[in-house]
This record gives sequence, C-alpha cells and structure tokens, in this order.
Amino acid sequence: MAVNYSAKEEADGHPSGGVGMPGGGAGGGGAVKTRKPDNTAFKQQRLPAWQPILTAGTVLPAFFIIGLIFIPIGIGIFVTSNNIREYEIDYTGTEPSSPCNKCLNVSWDSTPPCTCTINFTLEHSFESNVFMYYGLSNFYQNHRRYVKSRDDSQLNGDNSSLLNPSKECEPYRTNEDKPIAPCGAIANSMFNDTLELYRIDNDTRTPITLIKKGIAWWTDKNVKFRNPTGDGNNLTALFQGTTKPVNWPKPVYMLDSEPDNNGFINEDFIVWMRTAALPTFRKLYRLIERKNNLQPTLQAGKYSLDIAYNYPVHSFDGRKRMILSTISWMGGKNPFLGIAYITVGSICFFLGVVLLIIHHKYGNRNTSADIPN
Amino acid sequence: MTGEIVIASISENTCAGEENWVDSRTIYVGHREPPPGTEAYIPQRFPDNRIVSSKYTFWNFVPKNLFEQFRRIANFYFLIIFLVQLIIDTPTSPVTSGLPLLFVITVTAIKQGYEDWLRHKADNAMNQYPVHFIQHGKLVRKQSRKLRVGDIVMVKEDETFPCDLIFLSSSREDGTCFVTTASLDGESSHKTHYAVQDTKAFHNEQEMDALHATIECEQPQPDLYKPLGSENLLLRGATLKNTEKIFGVAIYTGMETKMALNYQAKSQKRSAVEKSMNVFLIVYLCILISKALINTVLKYVWQSEPFRDEPWYNQKTEPERKRNLFLRAFTDFLAFMVLFNYIIPVSMYVTVEMQKFLGSYFLTWDEEMFDEDTGEGPLVNTSDLNEELGQIEYVFTDKTGTLTENNMEFVECCIEGHVYVPHVICNGQILHDSKDASSFFWREELFFRALCLCHTVQVKDDDSVDGLKKSQLSRRSCIYISSSPDEVALVEGIQRYVFELLEVLSFDSVRRRMSVIVRSSTGHIFLFCKGADSSIFPRVKEGKIDQIRSRVERNAVEGLRTLCVAYKELTAEEYSKVQKLLQNAKLALQDREKKLAEVYEKIERDFILLGATAVEDRLQEKAADTIEALQKAGIKVWVLTGDKMETAAATCYACKLFRRNTQILELTTKKIEEQSLHDVLFDLSKTVLRHSGSLTRDTLSTDMQDYGLIIDGAALSLIMKPRQDGSSGNYRELFLEICRNCSAVLCCRMAPLQKAQIVKLIKLSKEHPITLAIGDGANDVSMILEAHVGIGIIGKEGRQAARNSDYAIPKFKHLKKMLLVHGHFYYVRISELVQYFFYKNVCFIFPQFLYQFFCGFSQQTLYDTAYLTLYNISFTSLPILFYGLMEQHVSADTLKREPSLYRDVAKNALLRWRAFIYWTFLGVFDAVVFFFGAYLLYDNTVVTSNGQMFGNWTFGTLVFTVLVFTVTLKLALDTHYWTWINHFMIWGSLVFYVVFSLLWGGIIWPFLNYQRMYYVFMQMLSSGPAWLGIILLITVSLLPDVLKKVLCRQLWPTATERIQVKIFFILKLVFCITSL
Repeated sequence: MAVNYSAKEEADGHPSGGVGMPGGGAGGGGAVKTRKPDNTAFKQQRLPAWQPILTAGTVLPAFFIIGLIFIPIGIGIFVTSNNIREYEIDYTGTEPSSPCNKCLNVSWDSTPPCTCTINFTLEHSFESNVFMYYGLSNFYQNHRRYVKSRDDSQLNGDNSSLLNPSKECEPYRTNEDKPIAPCGAIANSMFNDTLELYRIDNDTRTPITLIKKGIAWWTDKNVKFRNPTGDGNNLTALFQGTTKPVNWPKPVYMLDSEPDNNGFINEDFIVWMRTAALPTFRKLYRLIERKNNLQPTLQAGKYSLDIAYNYPVHSFDGRKRMILSTISWMGGKNPFLGIAYITVGSICFFLGVVLLIIHHKYGNRNTSADIPN
Repeated sequence: MTGEIVIASISENTCAGEENWVDSRTIYVGHREPPPGTEAYIPQRFPDNRIVSSKYTFWNFVPKNLFEQFRRIANFYFLIIFLVQLIIDTPTSPVTSGLPLLFVITVTAIKQGYEDWLRHKADNAMNQYPVHFIQHGKLVRKQSRKLRVGDIVMVKEDETFPCDLIFLSSSREDGTCFVTTASLDGESSHKTHYAVQDTKAFHNEQEMDALHATIECEQPQPDLYKPLGSENLLLRGATLKNTEKIFGVAIYTGMETKMALNYQAKSQKRSAVEKSMNVFLIVYLCILISKALINTVLKYVWQSEPFRDEPWYNQKTEPERKRNLFLRAFTDFLAFMVLFNYIIPVSMYVTVEMQKFLGSYFLTWDEEMFDEDTGEGPLVNTSDLNEELGQIEYVFTDKTGTLTENNMEFVECCIEGHVYVPHVICNGQILHDSKDASSFFWREELFFRALCLCHTVQVKDDDSVDGLKKSQLSRRSCIYISSSPDEVALVEGIQRYVFELLEVLSFDSVRRRMSVIVRSSTGHIFLFCKGADSSIFPRVKEGKIDQIRSRVERNAVEGLRTLCVAYKELTAEEYSKVQKLLQNAKLALQDREKKLAEVYEKIERDFILLGATAVEDRLQEKAADTIEALQKAGIKVWVLTGDKMETAAATCYACKLFRRNTQILELTTKKIEEQSLHDVLFDLSKTVLRHSGSLTRDTLSTDMQDYGLIIDGAALSLIMKPRQDGSSGNYRELFLEICRNCSAVLCCRMAPLQKAQIVKLIKLSKEHPITLAIGDGANDVSMILEAHVGIGIIGKEGRQAARNSDYAIPKFKHLKKMLLVHGHFYYVRISELVQYFFYKNVCFIFPQFLYQFFCGFSQQTLYDTAYLTLYNISFTSLPILFYGLMEQHVSADTLKREPSLYRDVAKNALLRWRAFIYWTFLGVFDAVVFFFGAYLLYDNTVVTSNGQMFGNWTFGTLVFTVLVFTVTLKLALDTHYWTWINHFMIWGSLVFYVVFSLLWGGIIWPFLNYQRMYYVFMQMLSSGPAWLGIILLITVSLLPDVLKKVLCRQLWPTATERIQVKIFFILKLVFCITSL
C-alpha cells in the first residue's frame, strides 16, 4: 500500500483526495455568503410563537367539554329522529302474493301500462308536511359509465350541444341519425312509474293532492337546467331536429303540460338527473302539504297506492319502494347521527375520566422528572 | 544536437499487463517523427488539449436531460401514469398528473441547465487561455485547447501548466523549479521538481527547437491514489512559483491529464431519510398495485352476471363490447392504478425538495454560526443531506486545523536541558542565563544554527539569488513559505548565520527527520539533523539525552509539537565519502528511493544531541465544549490525525475527548511488536467486553467506565490487511467490537487514504451507522467524500476541503449547533413531512378505494376533478411545507443546552417501521371514518330540511371536506411552534378550501363540459346534518391520535417530551408570577 503520510507537520505528502476541476462543478443549493447574515427574527428562527403541548392536563377539559356538548346534541338528534314518521312500501312485486307481481316483467314499451294497487294502513298520523319518495335498490346510478353519460351544456340550453351532443353520451347520443335530447344513459333511464295516493275512508277513495313542484334544487331548476332558446316559446319547435331518448314513450317537450315544468326544466327529470351516491337510493317524488292546522297532513287510517308500473327493475334484481316521510330540521329518519353523537360523547367523557386517573397517578412523576439542568 | 535522446521518464510500475492495449506511448518532442518508412512507426493519435466538464451541448440538452430525469424511478412512474391517462379512458383527466409532472421536470431542467451553462463557461475560459509554445524556433501564443502532445511549452512564473508536461529545463541554474499544487490538492507548499538531466542545459527557444528526442511513457492512468507523478512530471493545474520560466514537453493533454482523469463528479450521497422514503414508496407501490389488482379481480367477479355488467339502463358502446376480455381487464387494471395513483404524490417530491432547499437557508442565515474573524458563514453545498445532520452517530474529525487552530506558536526550546522561553528569542537576542558556563554557549549557538539551516523554507522574494542573505536584510517584508508550519515559526524566530549548503538529506515520513550538510565560514563541515524525537534519540551518542528526553515527553503530553535537533561534525574525508555515496544513490536508475534511504541511514548516525523545540498548536475555542456536547448526544467522536501519538493524545485530553477517568487502550505498532496483533486484539476486547457485559443495558450514567482507544496507522493497516488464511473479517470484526465499546477513539499517524478507510470500515459495519467527517485540509478530502456527511472547515489550508464537502463551517465549534440544533430540527421536520404526506394521501385515496365497492368497481371517482388535482397542490400543501420549515418542537436553546435530546431522534427514530405503520393505520382509520361516516349519514335517508336529495357529488364533497379539515387539523395538533406564519398557513388553507369550493360551485363555468359541482358545496352547507356529520367525523378521526399522544407522553415520555412539559410549566409559572 502506498502510504502517503501527509500530515501537516511534515513536508510533501501528496494528498489523495478527489481532485476537483477548478471552476468545474457548480454548487448545489446554498447561497454564498460574504456578509454577516441579517439578525431578523425570521432568519434566526426566533419568531414569537405559541407553543402548546398536548398533556393529559390540557386535554382533559377538552375531553369533558366534548363529552358534555356531544351527549345532549346526540340525545336531541335521536329524539328528533324518533319523532319523524316514515312509512315505506316495497312495490316491486317479486312475491307472488303482491298485487304488482303481474307487472314484474314489464318492458319499456308496454302499452297500455301495467297498473297495480297496493293498500296500506298508517298506524300514526303524519302531522307536518309529508314528502313522498320513490326508492330504488341495486340500481347503480353511480357507475362511471352511467355518471358521465350526460351533456350538461345541452341541458343548460346550449343550442349547438342540443344538435351535437357530447361524445360522453354514447351509446345514447343519436338515434336514427338524429341527436337525442336529452342525450345519455341517465336521461334515457329516467324513472317513469306514476304513483298516486288515495285515502280510503269507508270504501271511498279520496285522492290526495301531490305537488310536483319544489322537488328539485332551486338552482338546478332555474340556472343549471335550461330549455334551448330561440324564437318563441314553442318547445316543440325549439327541440326540432332532435329525437326522444330511446326508452322514452314521448319526447322531452311533452313531459308536462305546464310550460314552466316542461322540457329540460321538468322537475322529475332534474331530480332523476342528480345521480345518487349509492346503489340504494331514494328520490323525492311529490310533496303533500298540510292543508290547515286542524288536521294532520295524513291521518292514521287506510290508504291505497296506485302504480302505473312502467319501470323494469327485476332484470337487475332491483327493488322499488314508495316512501312517505315527514322531515325535521335535520332531515329524515336517521338514527345514526344521534347514536353516533351519544357514543362519541360518552367515549370522550369516559376517556376524560381515564386520563384524569392517569394524570393523578403519573402526572407528578413526569412534571418533576429528573432532568439535568 | 543530433543524438537521439530517449527520456524514459515515467516508469511507474503499471499493472496494465493483463490488458491488451498499448501500455506505453512514444512521444516525439517537437513533433520530429522519424521519416516515414523507417521501422514500424505507427503514429499514435492523442486528443487535443480541450477540457470538457459539461454534460450537455445545446443540441442534446433536451433529450439527454429528459432521459436523465426519467431515469429517476419516481419520475418514470409519473410519466407512465400520465401516458396511461393519455392512452386509455381513465376516470381522471391527464391534466391532473401531467401538470405537476411538467412542473417538476421543468424546474429540474432549468436548474441543471443553468449549472451546465456555468460549466460551459468555466470550460471555455480554460480552453481559451493563452499558452506559449515553440514552433520553428520561435515563441508562439495560442489558445490552450490547440496544444498537442509533443509540443514544447514555455511557462512563466505564476502561470498554470496547461497540460501534463515533462520538465525539460528551467531558468534556474540547478535545473529545478518550484510548484504549488494548491488548486489541485489544496496544499499551498512549494514542491521542488527537477528537469530531465539530459536537457537541463537547453535554455532558449532555438536550443529547444533543435532538441531531437523521444519520450516513452505509459498511457494515462486515472489511479487517484498513485503519487501524483515523478519529479520531472509537471501536472496540469499546478502553478509555477519562484522560477522565472521553464520549458516542458506536453505528454498528456486534454481529458487525458491527471487532473481530468481524477476529476469525478461527486458521487450522489443519499440521506437515511431519503432511503426510508424510497422504501416507504415501494411499500405504497405494492399497496397501490394490490389495490388495483383486488379491484380488477372483484370487478370481473362482480360483473360476471350480465345484468350487472350491462344492465338495460347502462349499455356499453359497440367498440367496448367487442374488445377482448384480457385487454379490457388490463385497461381496467391501469384505470384503477390511475385512480389510486395519488397515493404516491408527485407533490411530495416537490415539497421535499423545496423544504430542503429553502430550509438550508436557515443554516446559512444563522448568525451564531458566522465567524467574525474570517467573515465567513456556513456554506451549504448540497441541501440533500440536511436531515442527515440530525442522525450522526460517528464524527470523524481531523486534528490539526480542525480541533486546533493550525496556528503554530513557538513555545520553548530546551538546549542541553535548559529551558528557554519564547519572547526572548522572538526579540532576536539570546538569553544569558547567569548560571551558564561559557562552554555552553557553543552548543547553544549550534542549536540555533541547526534550526536555521536545517529546513526547506523558501523565502518568497522576487530575485532571490542568495535567499538567506537577502532575507536578513529585508526580514520584515519577507514571507516564509514552507511545507511545514513548524518551520515557519522557527525560522521567523531564528535567522542569523550564513553557511554554505552542501547537501540536503530531504525529509520523508518514513525516516521522520531531515538533515543538511553545511560548510561554515571557518571551513568546518557540519551535519545538522532535525526530526521527531523517536527518530533522533536512537541515533544520538552523546548529549544530555535524559534531560532532553524527559522535557520532550513532558511537552508532548502537554500537546506541544516537539522537534529534536542533533548534529555531528564531519571531516573532509568523511564528507567526500558521504558525497560519493549520495551521488551514486541519486544517479541510480532503479530503486533510487530505496538506495537513498539506505545511504541516509548510513550517514545519519552518531549524533550529538543539541536540544529540542516545542511549538504549540492551540485548541480552537470551545473545541472541548463541542466534543463534550457531541458525546453527550450519543455521538462517538474519533480523531484521525497524522500527528504522533503523544501530541495527539494530549490534544484529546485537552479537548475532553479523553477524560481523567477514561481508561486508555492502546493498539499501536509498539504494542504489536511486543505481542502479536492477535493477542493484543483479544486482550483489548476481553477488557472492554467484560465490563460492558456486567452492566445492565439501561445505564447511561456517566460514572460508567468509559474507554478510549488509541490506534496508529501501521496497526490499522495490519488489521485491515486481508489474512492469507482467509480469516480476513476476523480482526476487523474484533476491532469494530472494541471500537463500539469505546467512547472515544484516537487514530494517529494516519495517511489520508487510511482516514477514508476508517470511515468506510465504520460505515459498512453491520449497524450501518451514519458517519460525519470534518476536516480542513486537502488530506481530509478523501474522508469527507467517503462519509455520509462531509463537513469542511473554511480554514487556512485552502478551500479544498470546503469545496469537496457537503457543508462548510468556519470553526469546529459551529458543529455543535449544526448537529444538535439544525440537524435535529431538519430531521424532525422532514420525517414529519414524509410521514404526513403518506398519511394524508392514504386518507385521500382510501375512501376512493372503498367507494369502488359501492359503485360496481367502475372506477368512479368519489371527488370532483378539481379536488383531485388541487388536494395535494393547494389545499394541503402549504401548511406542511411551512411546518417543514418552521417547526421547533423544543427551542433551539434547549437543544443546545441538552445535547442528550439528540438521542431521541437517533437511528432514524421517527421513520422506523413502527412509526410508519402507525401513520399508515391512522390514515386508513381516518379514511374508514370519513367514508363510512358519510355512508351511514347518507344511507337511504334525507339529510336536508326541505326533503330534497343529494347526489354522489355532494357525498364526495362531504367526504372531501371532512378529509381536508381532518388532515389540516392533524397537522395543527402536531405543530408545537405556532408562529403567525403557521397560523396563516393552516387557517388560510382551510379558508381557501371553503372559498374555492364556494366559487367552484357558484358559477356555471363556461369552459367546462360538465357542471356537476354547481351549488353542490352550498347545498351541503345549508344542510344541518351535514354540519353535524362533518364535526362528528373530524372529532372521531382526530380522537385516536390525540389519545395516543397524551398517553405516550404521560406513560412513556421521551426526553424531549419531558423537557417540553418542564418548559411549559416554567412558562406557566412565570406567567402566573407576572400576572400577580
């Protein structure tokens, strides 16, 4: 081994370090300092700062406070949720005994529609406004192919998109070389059962008024969804050159008789177009308003539900439901939130107690820990 | 001149025998090739003298740089994801991954392009530098790059050699020249080179031009550790000094010069954090792939029923239906990969780079690390290793110039047992001790004579014909230059007599002494010898040996550098005999070194001892304090020095590396001579292990017996040498075992290469400790490059060390703050940053994964594209970046005061598997809470007070809102140091998220082809249960982490946490007192 002693006290040993090329590599990240650095709090990392630490002592009150706040809230929510009236009917008709069993294998274009009637009894009266929902199960409105199969520009009334819908709508984009309005799988599969509610009072069927406006978001109805614009208000003319979605019995401009609920701004349509998050979902169908303060909206008693059964769900193992529900400030019946609040509140309270014990048992040991100064 | 001279000058033994290429080159001086046809003359091609250090040219920059960048695994991965998004139909737009990638690539390309432009500039300056060379008997000026092998070059004083030259002749009478290699290796000392004997008489251009000679030399050798060349080879990059001009012939040019061959790009050092980060990345990549695989398999299982694959309401297009099943499955797999790819975010790399780059400024800005005397502050040459500063387990420090000032001061001299104090000599007088007998004067005088004569100090003077005489006259204006700082100090003190110099028996490190033979004005011939005590005493036959020896030993123990001086008088016959011997040895063609050594051995004996000198190299200020702090921090400090054992050991005591109660173990040549290496090692290990074995593990108390090991270079090389019988690892392991149990190790008599070897030995030992090497001189460069972190002291011995280091600091004492404070901070910051990044992306992507189970494995995204893109870029990026820059879990002062806190982060404590798994599980837990919380809240119920329903985008937005708040608040819980910047960033991010969401959903955006987010956020906020749900889910997500923090702090507090609590209570107390 070539031992080169080149300690500094001695003469010429040749150092063996990596010999850099003078002026060669440009340096990395740092800055070349020639002057004394500024004495600012930031540069010297001495900015005034709040330095909290999480100790049992500081966290204890927080746990108790959370516990004390959450438990009452939870109880409140739970009670509210329990006071909500909800009634649900499955009218799919899979059971042979069900009146709708005959309609189970209905197809889109069956005319006249298959109808069935389901009688039911409400045990308790529904005091406040009642909301009528239809619910579908095992229906994947959140499937990617489905979710993107729409053209928001077309729905917003853009005339060029009306005649030339987005590619995302495939395979529901055109039919017989005519653009479909509204295009896409969502629109094509719009829910088209008709539900009617009757009160049976001594064998007389009194129809209950179902309000079909106010079921969609205001912003959707008034901003996001727009009919195409053009001369006049004749929707038939405005939708000229387009064709109806394949599965629809009638074109979009014939969805409703009222002009402000027809075309793209039909509320049933808008509600359907808001794709659900989960495969089991419900959508608002109709509102039942309380007439006066003397009577509950829906008295306890017998009712019947008339269904024009058009919508096939049996092929994909789906279910259809009709739901009647009252609503509180916190929405419909949902015991989860209340129970969760009570549980979390209790856990926090319990943890608070545990920490208190730990704090008292071990607290002193640590604060006066033997740290050399 | 007609005769053919063959200068066989470069005859280093090559081991190129096994290779097939021509291992020597023939150079025709002045291009006088033999006429064509004679013999078998094959013209050899040599490169021109162009130096190219740049990596790119204008044309190949873009492709080459892109290629280099995409060789990084992470970049390549992101490129693949981007391409997949471009090619197949994926759930997210290519913009979401393309934009960040483009940003990263562009920034890096600009940085590298700029660096290369600087290199181009430097290359051009070098290549266009004017050079004089002889053409047809005349001197011509040309650009340096046009120089060719065989050209005769003239170099003037203070010029740099343009290529590797064979030294033909010099303007100096004796055919020598002086050269400094400061820019090559940082040594500013002047080295003497000798012209080739046959040509040293050629003094002007015409004579040179007439020279007809060939040179046989070996092919260029890149070997870095070979001596830089023989005495008539002048290397490119070295500078001519004290010589008016020289002539030389170019033998290696351009990229074949030793300098260019030895140039190597500094190898990329990677920090422990980066390594763990890469391991984590691989783990996450596996998670990602398994997620995608699981989903793909489940998808095909799930949709095996046709009504699920293609229900009537959701038909496929024709091309989709026709596609091959395997192709479809593969595209689905890729689509899932793309969907989940955010789990390895591009932004992490950007954030880590920014954190390191910006964070390194705090080091350069540090006022406490600025040295007023030199006007230098710390330099950061690479910010890649910031956090490694908090992980150091071994510090290897140089002694001279690093621990000590490298500023030699004459302390005393001892002549014939009498001790003299320094200032007397400095005044130029000789002290008259009243007790002195007159006969003593003669010895005293001789002593000083010896000191003045026996040196190689060059007087820096423009026309030094007679250096000594001249310097006496203009003494104050002269600067003394020598390779040895001891000598400068001595010569400055004593400079009196005029002698005729006859011979120099120059210094070498094997003999460790040098001699001169001089003739005094009276005609007496003296041989003066000066050297290390160990090499002088055995050769002394008379003089007050015992007194002087005891004095020398005392001085050595005090840490002074000692030198002994002896002389003998030679008769004329003796001298002529000596002269003859020397002449013969010098002219020997083979084994000249060996023969010279033999002759020196014969001549240098039977001395009369004159005395000894002592020169002090003072400790740097606070060196002891720093070393003590480092040791308290659990760092093992090793001193590596070329000095002798006694001096080095004394310094080690002085700087508290060894304490009074430290038991010193010696592993030196002397000991090995007595016993065999085997026995010594086994004895030592027995001593050390017996003690450590009897102790319980958890005793960190100071009263534990600690050991200090002293080892010297020769012993080390014995240990390192592989055994013949194959048991090579045995001694090394034993040695490492001993070292592990020693609190401090001193390695003396180290060669530069050995310093690097030691570092490498420790670095590669089985625990793979993180090492740091610190030094100031060129001989420390090898260990600086070898260690994980190399630190250069911006010191006296050139900037070589500082330039090759990763960080440079003005003084050794600054190491304390650098490691204990900055290193600790950097480590805590970056480890939290890395863990947090993985955590927040698990939180981000895992709900997405869970959602696939509810959307028919269709790759439907849970969040909107804007949220997907901006989550890592804007909503959650700045708080963690600023945490990474500002966090101080304990104050800097506390860290400095309590070095033991360094142990809390040692061994990559915050990035161990336990910590990593905790963070990952916390992320998964939070994700499960977000998703199922929202699911249960939404499941088949109404969450508005007007009965209207929410859709999938509201669901996603709810999850996302909980996510952003939880993740940001989690960071808030981890922040211990809330400056206004942290407040601004954390609360600002949340506000920004809310404002952005309101804006994003507030308008029908004309350029978008979908309006899915329109009023979604506002509708959500208008719902009471959504608010309650958000608050609940955030609380539940944060609860376990808070609980874990509190319990750990209460039950198993780390030292850092104890300090935190203590300071917290002190502050509280102070507040209470002041408020009273």
